[in-house]
Amino acid sequence: MRELTYREALSEAMAEEMERDESVFLMGEEVGVYNGAYKVSRGFLDRFGPQRVVDTPISEAGFAGIGIGAAMVGLRPIIEFMTFNFAILALDQILNTAAKTYYMSGGQIPIPIVFRGPTGAALQLAAQHSQAVETQYTHSPGIKVVTPGTPADAKGLLKAAIRDDDPVVVLEGELLYNVKGEVPEGEHIVPLGVAEVKREGSDVSIITHGKMVHVALQAAARLAKDQISAEVLDLRSLRPLDVDAILTTVAKTNRVVYLEEGWPLAGVGAEIVNIIQEEAFDELDAPVLRVTQADVPMPYAKNLEQLAKPSAQRVVDACNRVLYR
Amino acid sequence: MAKSRTSLRSGLETADLPRPPKSLGGLSREALLDFLKEMLLSRRFEEAAEEAYAIGKIGGFCHLYIGQEAVGVGAIRAIRPDDYVITAYREHAQAINKGISPRAVMAELFGRSTGCSGGKGGSMHLFDASVNFMGGYAIVGGHVPLAAGFGWAIKYRGEDRVCLCFLGDAAVNQGSFHETLNMAAVWKLPVVYVVENNEYGMGTAYARVSTLPIFERACSYDIPSTAVDGQDVVAVHTAVREYAERARRGEGPSLIEARTYRYKGHSMSDPVHGVYRSKEEVEDRMSHADPIVLLRSRMEAVGLIDQATMDALDNEVRAVVADAVKFADASPVADPSQLYTHVYHSLDVHGRLFLDRMNRSAAKVSEGVGRGVGGGEARGGVGANRKDS
Amino acid sequence: MGTKVHMEALSPTMEEGQVVKWLKGEGDEVSSGQVLAEIETDKATMELVARGDGVLRKILVGEGGTAPVGSVIAVIAEADEDISALVRDGRAGAAVGGAGAEPAKAPQAPPAAQPERAAAPRPSPVAGAPAAARPAASAPAATGDGEDGRGRVRASPLARRLAADAGLELGRVAGTGPGGRIIKRDIEAALAEAAAAPARAPALELADYEDVPLTQIRKTIAKRLVQSLGPVPHFFLTIDVDMTGMVRARERINAFLGAQGVKVSINDMVIRATAAALQRHPECNAAWTGEGIRRYNRVHIGVAVAGEEGLITPVIRDADRKGLAELSTEFRELAQRGREKKLKPEEYTGSTFSISNLGMFGIYEFTAVINPPEAGILAVGAVEERAVVKGGQVVVEPRMRVTMSCDHRVIDGAMGARFLQTLRAMLEEPAAILM
Repeated sequence: MRELTYREALSEAMAEEMERDESVFLMGEEVGVYNGAYKVSRGFLDRFGPQRVVDTPISEAGFAGIGIGAAMVGLRPIIEFMTFNFAILALDQILNTAAKTYYMSGGQIPIPIVFRGPTGAALQLAAQHSQAVETQYTHSPGIKVVTPGTPADAKGLLKAAIRDDDPVVVLEGELLYNVKGEVPEGEHIVPLGVAEVKREGSDVSIITHGKMVHVALQAAARLAKDQISAEVLDLRSLRPLDVDAILTTVAKTNRVVYLEEGWPLAGVGAEIVNIIQEEAFDELDAPVLRVTQADVPMPYAKNLEQLAKPSAQRVVDACNRVLYR
Repeated sequence: MAKSRTSLRSGLETADLPRPPKSLGGLSREALLDFLKEMLLSRRFEEAAEEAYAIGKIGGFCHLYIGQEAVGVGAIRAIRPDDYVITAYREHAQAINKGISPRAVMAELFGRSTGCSGGKGGSMHLFDASVNFMGGYAIVGGHVPLAAGFGWAIKYRGEDRVCLCFLGDAAVNQGSFHETLNMAAVWKLPVVYVVENNEYGMGTAYARVSTLPIFERACSYDIPSTAVDGQDVVAVHTAVREYAERARRGEGPSLIEARTYRYKGHSMSDPVHGVYRSKEEVEDRMSHADPIVLLRSRMEAVGLIDQATMDALDNEVRAVVADAVKFADASPVADPSQLYTHVYHSLDVHGRLFLDRMNRSAAKVSEGVGRGVGGGEARGGVGANRKDS
Repeated sequence: MGTKVHMEALSPTMEEGQVVKWLKGEGDEVSSGQVLAEIETDKATMELVARGDGVLRKILVGEGGTAPVGSVIAVIAEADEDISALVRDGRAGAAVGGAGAEPAKAPQAPPAAQPERAAAPRPSPVAGAPAAARPAASAPAATGDGEDGRGRVRASPLARRLAADAGLELGRVAGTGPGGRIIKRDIEAALAEAAAAPARAPALELADYEDVPLTQIRKTIAKRLVQSLGPVPHFFLTIDVDMTGMVRARERINAFLGAQGVKVSINDMVIRATAAALQRHPECNAAWTGEGIRRYNRVHIGVAVAGEEGLITPVIRDADRKGLAELSTEFRELAQRGREKKLKPEEYTGSTFSISNLGMFGIYEFTAVINPPEAGILAVGAVEERAVVKGGQVVVEPRMRVTMSCDHRVIDGAMGARFLQTLRAMLEEPAAILM
């Protein structure tokens, strides 16, 4: 199978969908002339023209709302946020309008829109540029949320998101754009709501999503040296949520560590833990532990940043604790 | 700056409005009678809503349009049925003006399944996509970019439609307003923004929190704008028609400040007058600048209407409103099964979409077959247009 | 010959126990296996059973008193037997707490001078051994096991479920998790132990059998039935068994024993259950000798195995005393050698009861022919999912049909039926065969 970078996979997904359906267009800051802040839309302006590859001013609430309006009357916009830190300015549009209008209108006006862009910490970008925002979106009914961790999932989930008739937030990993991975040739779609076991194991389950899949795999590799077989379950979609996959891995290993990049309070992991205690209580041999970002704004200093981020070692430690080792 | 300030203060005096001469705009008697009747309908509908609210038939926030009827009627009568209208939360009358039946609007206020939003929207969220009434929204300024989005789609598809967007005076101090006007201007989007300046954002007078008159704000984005007497239905109609045609020609967005006045409190739960405005002020405006009285007296002056015709119009609209109330009251409440419908249009085969305990797998089966986006089917769902009544 | 009642180690980590309650008083007749007292261990309240027959002559540790494991806490003997030596031994052996002649360390222990009959439970402020006295409530809570000091066993949800499935009392399991939490591995260890260890050592080495003389009525029954039905007058009793618990228990047991290469079959479990049921119904573990009925004190089960040249019946000796893992391994090995015709004569003779299982062929129900002089044989059908009516509802569950052929000279209908009831109870509650 061929290898693509995460960036190329996203780019391919958008290009294929724009070729396939002319109601799809891309709008955001620097997506056109500049070829994209992270170069995901490199060459798109030449290929699709300024009507379908639209550079906007720095007006997140405004262009998010314009995209929503266009979606309300049948277009299928892809709104790129340079990062999801800036999308916080557009939360009113995403959560008050995109998430609710279909419901408020009694089902008259679906909103087939994709909001995509990088999320989470990169390297030393400090507090305002280093946020993992999954919780803000998964919290709200009316929104769907996917978090691809690999190039194949990036392509497959983005295509599924573009074809979905509801608002889908596609949270990409800021540090993943150069990561290479196998991506199937031809039409490749990953349906929303299907988790994937990224590594089989029997002793403990590391459940995670997004970029943290890679941290989980590192941790699993380290645990393997200690003869501990860790299973890595990548949720891929946070809403819809593959609860069956969660319950299956819990039943298999009886011990769970949830790994996420965001903060702990009311985080995604908190809900996963709730589901497990509610629906798999009798399968648990240990309390579920979470590994999250430190509960502080992201510091700039390199050493402090390292301390704040979830690490493979912290995951290993958590696994050992749930294994009573 | 000094000039602007002077301009702002004087702008609040109705007498100083750049009102066109007391004209009937060259409109036919039929058109004028239609305006009159539609304004009467708006008035009587809101009076009935007020009464129903008082006896608990309507809940939540309920914002009445009484006093502002000329803006909705004048503007919406100036555009085509296939043009979009989007507005804020004081929108009962505008929804009717655009073509939703009074029955469907009243039923929505009553929270019934026959309401134009299936009982899920209520007073502030009236929708009927089949008549291109794209909704009432309750976050001040939040819907302003949506209008530009409709404009974007119109332009994207090369259509000659326009979007008419109503907003209140307080919305022009929201960031979304400025972001959107800028982009609408850059991309020459076919949107007519009608700012209904009823002088108070809830209890805060516009002048207390602003420096420039509203229509001058548009200058920042090189958008043509004007202020009209919002109590003069003909003036509003004339201005909107002109700007809508401009938009249709591809010349971009525009802004109209319609200076009007609300007779009632901000919402049904707010006082009509109090610390922010005096009883005398309200009574003065009601007696000197009522849009219905204004049009009627002008028509009388040139012999286009007599008392009998006026009475007949009023009786007709009162009957329509009484029928709407009766219909709403007799309508069934929303079926409990509707709780989880219309949250998502694509109900995924995989995974759990709803995370609460009440709803596990039910949502997967409760919603009907998926409907196409942008197709007639998708638009016909819950809303009922006037013909239904 | 009297029997000393010892404070037994009722949990793997128990060092001493406290007598919660004597269920037998001095002077009561007791027999082997009867519960004498409730003992509070470091984990739970357990039952202490008699290891001999006779009369409970002397209680040495009263209610509330504690005694180290191995010390004598009572004496069982014949009513007129001299037990002074036993009592002396007991007191000497138990006098580790510095309590002088009184072994009990608890304040409630009666002063030695009191009359024997009143020696049992009487709280007394004048403790015999105040220095060593320790009220039960002040027992250390954090003992590294699964109890939290308030009598609540701390166990992971999974451990609770596994224990419930296997019929294991959590109180018998030592917790190795944080704060003594009982976790999955503790249950696994406990089950592996239970499956591997002999089920229970017999209290006394019994004679192999006991001959019961024929009564007149029994003689008549025998004579008439032979006339009617031939030399071994068979009759058949069929019972239907819910195998839900057994199937689940087997899965779990195999999950635990898998690492040891042991895989327990349903048949193994049926053998084990049958043996246990026979132990309770010696009237069915019997043979017709012509002159009388021989009731076997040991349970040797012959299990029919299809060999190339015909049926062979290897015998599992003392099947009621063998743990499941042991039984399973032994049977597998015997069956293999049976099919290869390599069994020694003593390995396929001497059974006291037989089982024939044709379930693996999909046979649902059948009757088997008694192997004389045994008085019974079980014909075991397949475990299959069937619809049954329970509480007015049709439910689907794994069911198994068992037909017992009885030699009517030895076993009457009601006797056989009672045996089958016990067997069914054991099959439906797998815990019964693990203990």
